[in-house]
Amino acid sequence: MMASSYSAKEEDGHHSGPAGLGAATRTRKPDNTAFKQQRLPAWQPILTAGTVLPAFFIIGLIFIPIGIGLYVTSNNINEFEIDYTGTDMSSPCFNCSQNFSWNSTTPCKCVLSFYLDQPFESNVFMYYGLSNFYQNHRRYVKSRDDSQLNGDERSLKEPSKECEPYRTNENKPIAPCGAIANSMFNDTLDLFYINPSGSKTQIPLNKKGIAWSTDKRVKFRNPGGSNPNLTAVFKDTAKPVNWHKPVYELDSEADNNGFINEDFIVWMRTAALPTFRKLYRIIQKNNNMTPTLPRGNYSLEVTYNYPVRSFEGRKRVILSTISWMGGKNPFLGIAYMTVGSICFFLGVVLLFIHHKYGNRNNSSDIAS
Amino acid sequence: MLRRRINRLCGGDEKRLDSRTIYVGNRPCPDTEAFIPSKFCDNRIVSSKYTVWNFLPKNLFEQFRRIANFYFLIIFLVQVIVDTPTSPVTSGLPLFFVITVTAIKQGYEDWLRHKADKEVNKYLVTVLEDGRSVRKESEKIKVGDVVEVVEDETFPCDLILLESSREDGTCFVTTASLDGESNHKTHYTVSDTEKDLQALTATIECEQPQPDLYKFVGRMHIYQQEQEQEQELVVRSLGPENLLLKGATLKNTKKIYGVSVYTGMETKMALNYQGKSQKRSAVEKSINAFLLVYLCILISKAIVCTTLKYVWQSKAGQDEPWYNQKTQKEKDTNMYLKMFTDFLSFMVLFNFIIPVSMYVTVEMQKFLGSFFITWDKDFFDPEIEEGALVNTSDLNEELGQVEYVFTDKTGTLTQNNMEFIECCIDGFQYRYRDTLSEVDGPVNNQQQNAGQEKEELFLRALCLCHTVQVKEAGSEVLVDEVDGMDGLLPQPEQETGFIASSPDEIALVKGAMKYGFTFLGLESKCMKIKNRQNDIEEYKLLHVLNFDPVRRRMSVIVQNNSGETLLFCKGADSSIFPRVRPEEVDRIRMHVERNATDGYRTLCVAYKKLSAEEYAMADAGLMEARLALQDREERLISVYNQVETGMSLIGATAVEDRLQEEAAETMEALQGAGMKVWVLTGDKMETAKSTCYACRLFQRGTELLELTVRTLKDEDKKRDVKLKELLQEYYKKAVLDAPPVRPGVTRSWSTANQDYGFIVDGATLSLVMNPPCDDDASQNKSFFLQICQSCTAVLCCRMAPLQKAQIVKMVKNSKGSPITLSIGDGANDVSMILEAHVGIGIKGKEGRQAVRNSDYAIPKLKHLKKLLLAHGHLYYVRIAHLVQYFFYKNLCFILPQFLYQFFCGYSQQPLYDAAYLTMYNICFTSMPILAYSLLEQHISIEILLHNAALYREIANNAMLRWRPFLYWTLLGIFQGLMFFFGVRFLFSNPALQDNGQVFGNWSYGTIVFTVLVFTVTLKLALDTRHWTWINHFVIWGSLAFYVFFSFFWGGIIWPFLKQQRLYFVFANMLSSVSAWLVIIILILLSLLPEILLVVLRKPRGHHSQQKKQSQSNVGGNQSPESSTRPLLMRTFSDESSPVV
Repeated sequence: MMASSYSAKEEDGHHSGPAGLGAATRTRKPDNTAFKQQRLPAWQPILTAGTVLPAFFIIGLIFIPIGIGLYVTSNNINEFEIDYTGTDMSSPCFNCSQNFSWNSTTPCKCVLSFYLDQPFESNVFMYYGLSNFYQNHRRYVKSRDDSQLNGDERSLKEPSKECEPYRTNENKPIAPCGAIANSMFNDTLDLFYINPSGSKTQIPLNKKGIAWSTDKRVKFRNPGGSNPNLTAVFKDTAKPVNWHKPVYELDSEADNNGFINEDFIVWMRTAALPTFRKLYRIIQKNNNMTPTLPRGNYSLEVTYNYPVRSFEGRKRVILSTISWMGGKNPFLGIAYMTVGSICFFLGVVLLFIHHKYGNRNNSSDIAS
Repeated sequence: MLRRRINRLCGGDEKRLDSRTIYVGNRPCPDTEAFIPSKFCDNRIVSSKYTVWNFLPKNLFEQFRRIANFYFLIIFLVQVIVDTPTSPVTSGLPLFFVITVTAIKQGYEDWLRHKADKEVNKYLVTVLEDGRSVRKESEKIKVGDVVEVVEDETFPCDLILLESSREDGTCFVTTASLDGESNHKTHYTVSDTEKDLQALTATIECEQPQPDLYKFVGRMHIYQQEQEQEQELVVRSLGPENLLLKGATLKNTKKIYGVSVYTGMETKMALNYQGKSQKRSAVEKSINAFLLVYLCILISKAIVCTTLKYVWQSKAGQDEPWYNQKTQKEKDTNMYLKMFTDFLSFMVLFNFIIPVSMYVTVEMQKFLGSFFITWDKDFFDPEIEEGALVNTSDLNEELGQVEYVFTDKTGTLTQNNMEFIECCIDGFQYRYRDTLSEVDGPVNNQQQNAGQEKEELFLRALCLCHTVQVKEAGSEVLVDEVDGMDGLLPQPEQETGFIASSPDEIALVKGAMKYGFTFLGLESKCMKIKNRQNDIEEYKLLHVLNFDPVRRRMSVIVQNNSGETLLFCKGADSSIFPRVRPEEVDRIRMHVERNATDGYRTLCVAYKKLSAEEYAMADAGLMEARLALQDREERLISVYNQVETGMSLIGATAVEDRLQEEAAETMEALQGAGMKVWVLTGDKMETAKSTCYACRLFQRGTELLELTVRTLKDEDKKRDVKLKELLQEYYKKAVLDAPPVRPGVTRSWSTANQDYGFIVDGATLSLVMNPPCDDDASQNKSFFLQICQSCTAVLCCRMAPLQKAQIVKMVKNSKGSPITLSIGDGANDVSMILEAHVGIGIKGKEGRQAVRNSDYAIPKLKHLKKLLLAHGHLYYVRIAHLVQYFFYKNLCFILPQFLYQFFCGYSQQPLYDAAYLTMYNICFTSMPILAYSLLEQHISIEILLHNAALYREIANNAMLRWRPFLYWTLLGIFQGLMFFFGVRFLFSNPALQDNGQVFGNWSYGTIVFTVLVFTVTLKLALDTRHWTWINHFVIWGSLAFYVFFSFFWGGIIWPFLKQQRLYFVFANMLSSVSAWLVIIILILLSLLPEILLVVLRKPRGHHSQQKKQSQSNVGGNQSPESSTRPLLMRTFSDESSPVV
């Protein structure tokens, strides 16, 4: 008793366990269990050329077709991109970008025309793209209040400190607060098809289904529960300083207004990289007979509200179809093809090495 | 007059603080005018470190003294104070966890100690107070109290034995709980104190408490009242034989009374259990070196980022675009302060590269891993019914790194199970042949006999010159209980059992018994022996001149019935020969040397008749020396030396000490594993040499280089000149002429080379180590060391304990600082056990001191093979892999986060969510590596044991050198780059879902993190060679847990969280085919180099080939293989090559 109690002290409390155990087992034989004797049945895989070589070939044989498939899929996606920043003198939006001022009440509009040389057969997704816009800057990313956006009344009155300096305006809490919300993209984009006859047909743009459904349903909620009168709910709050209209006037439809406005939700999902695109509208395919966007001339009418020149950013509009793997991106296809080829190539090389050296190895083993 | 002198002495002693005065029974003694109440500490044992009140601050303080904990605390504080990217929780939680677990563990241990303390302190003991016995709690005993202890009770404090219930004034104790020696030790009462304890007036002067269990000096002044007259002062010396130690148990004695001299924390027991120096393993040093590298990486990353941040910000519009304004506070902050906090923020962001959890995991691995040693049934010895004992788990992996093995001979290589073989009386050899045929007398091989008188004198000497006790008849029950050293021997007369501190003595007494002289016992200082005529002879034991390893002899002074005073002395030949008449020596020397070459232990016996004057002088000298408080040992030895001169040699004995089971196989295996085995023994050179041959440390072809007193003897030259010459000659032979050894291949591999064995003795060694003049000293030393290192086996004989440690130290501090291991079983090995990197104690017969001071204790030498070759090897591989893996997995964890800074404006934006940052090391990737580091057997234990050469593969810290570290680091960097840029290219179009919706930054991080978790776990899976169900469970379990956790974490809007960053991010990621595809290809691509390397490396590794073959049960392949192996390897592995 004494000895074991002291041995704990001797170890300075670090490792008295084994010592104590040693004292305990002093009188009895250690258990003959597989675990204690380190004899647990075990699978002992051995990576040999024999097992790895087929794996290399199999990987090669699987990956190359997948890669080709991905590459073809990606190539089949129609994508059209147009820059409307207006930095060039020649650009129709040059004036708008030059004359931008926060206080102007009359929106500046510009029209860009372009020509699609290939018809877009399936649903077309319309993105806006920004460059050199650091949505992933730490100060920016954290400048939001998720509980306010989730409809929490208290956070509506008293937004999180993280929202500074976009927390209050004229002693009223800003709703939605924070830098992200404040800088919401607010250009309006309209797309017209120019008939061969010269008349313009506005293409219907669907603004539903552009945000993650979980965000729309759960993460973002308007305060005041089911109160349909958003004006009343938001009455004690200020609009974000850079917004032209308050949050409850984002859309006319009730289920797309306030915090659950999908444009707003999309914007609130901060992008990973400084050059990014965000889904703006969806052009639904009407019928199976005609392509969604037939070949031809189009014009894009931009209500130019969003300044990017101050930070040398760029604005783009992207029209793209979507495949099962998402938007156009040849990377995956190339990667799969490359890795598949490498594996296959390595397989061949290894087979050669194995054949040449492995034999010699074996023979030497036997000969000696 | 005398008294006055003594008083003066007392006074002087009191003023010097190194002695204390105790008033027996706390009665004032007549001499001192004022009774000074004792100011000694009470008998409370406080082994606990903490109280309820100081636990928290004290424990926290102790924990944060560790450098790692302190570092994490700093990181945590930075996070709290500065506005950092990750919340303080991310580093605070793991730190809190670690601190709490440690605190709970230490608290629990302390609670146990409190409990044990309480049990001891509240134990009721009987104290004599004013003539009455009073039951008192043990903690209330004061110094000077007279305490009564009954049989089988432990002593509550250190006591001076005053009265014993036994007639002869002795009592028996066992010190099993102190030093593990379970044999009975005899302690003696102070004479003249037994009459009446109530009337006893005495003071005791003794030294201040000191931890040595076997040393005590003091003296007792007894004031005897002689019929109302002037008191008579008697002085008695006190030594360790009078001192009963706290913790020892009274045996075989009904009751004793003793006066307490040391109490509580001043008892020898308490003093002895204060900290042992912590040994640090080479792995820990490697960890620290790697840590430094990673710290540099961390700091340089932070510096790079901070610099680039300010470069980037200097461009117009970047620092504060309209959409991302700074707060007023940020704008006001001083630019340089801002820079500094930015730097700190980056540090915090990247601090996960040095994980808290690594320390926890390493500690856990060591702690849990050491259980496998205690659990191993192969280490269980049925004789002593004990298995291995692990005293420290810090050194598990060091067992796999041993380069030098220093072994004791007696009790370690040999069994220390002595058997009397033969003796030589006056130059005639007596060999005791067979118990059956010639019981009646000695056989004379040479048809000659020494005179009857000489013969009997010799046998009497054997019977008298010892400290053996006869186990009492009737205490037969105890036979099993006590250290049964004689129980193992064939006992011709079963009723007699002997107890002795050394087995040699028993062997000698038994030997004498075979020749007709039986030692009957010691009763009240009277030794009885039965001679051949079955007459009882009685001898009065006057003095015992104790044995000690420095003197290497012991003597007794006895008085026979006719009043003659005789001194019998026995000891090593080297210590006896100079003390006897030279003309007697030669006849016996021949026998002694022959016996020694046969591997027997020899002792010489001498005697001397003491005249009355001589005895009186010796007696006085001994008494004086024993009373001395200062330098008692030295004084005693000088008296001993005076007495033990001019003796006449009667004869010599030879005792066989059989080799330990499988000693030779073990030694051969160790040598085959590339370890150099050095035998350090106090024994004679010849004996030791023969043991070395028997153990196959020296082979027939081994050329022996001898550097001993004998070879140094040269008429023409002085010793140091000769020494230098010899050293140079040997150096040339062994070091220079030997072909250069390729690294990793040790000499014994190649049979072409000459093997050298080196023999050195203690005297020569001290000449080398402590030369009389300084010139050439360092050269000699380095020559010596190099010769030693290039020899396959080194034998150092005639070593004093301290010299053993000196040798170990010399090797330890030599170039390359090789890992040393010392193995021994006796008290004389303690110094080398403590000195070596790893100290192994053998639970042998020479007590428990070696075991107590060792890091690991095993019952037998043969267990060393498995301990090193299997356990050591596995532990090393496990922990080395653990360490490398930990650094690797955190490098590829943090590298993407670092790279992300280039894409987020160096804003310290974390790539991963805080939960992932926190959980990565705690939950997602910690269990598989822990399981691996506990269970991995990359080569099965059987193969490791059969193929000792495998041990060389990990020699010199092979898995933790800079090359493998670089490999792991490059692998980590490669994978980190893969993870980040693979996803980066994918995100060049963030529309990854088939509904056109886009992914944001948290999806980016989650994809990277998923790839990361899967890759590092699968990397470990690739490395795992031994898949038990636990490995399967843990590896697949933690991956499943990651997936489950991610769903769960993203599946709920968490209240109390400021941001719902990961809400449905993981689920959405899984709904994207592209994400799946990118995850798969990135995992595969990251593991590709690893797979490739495994495949390419295989054909080259010689042993892996062997492994494979034996593992796949291709039994037939082994024999052709072994023929290719060098000769030395073949010798033993062929003998023992069962088909695995």
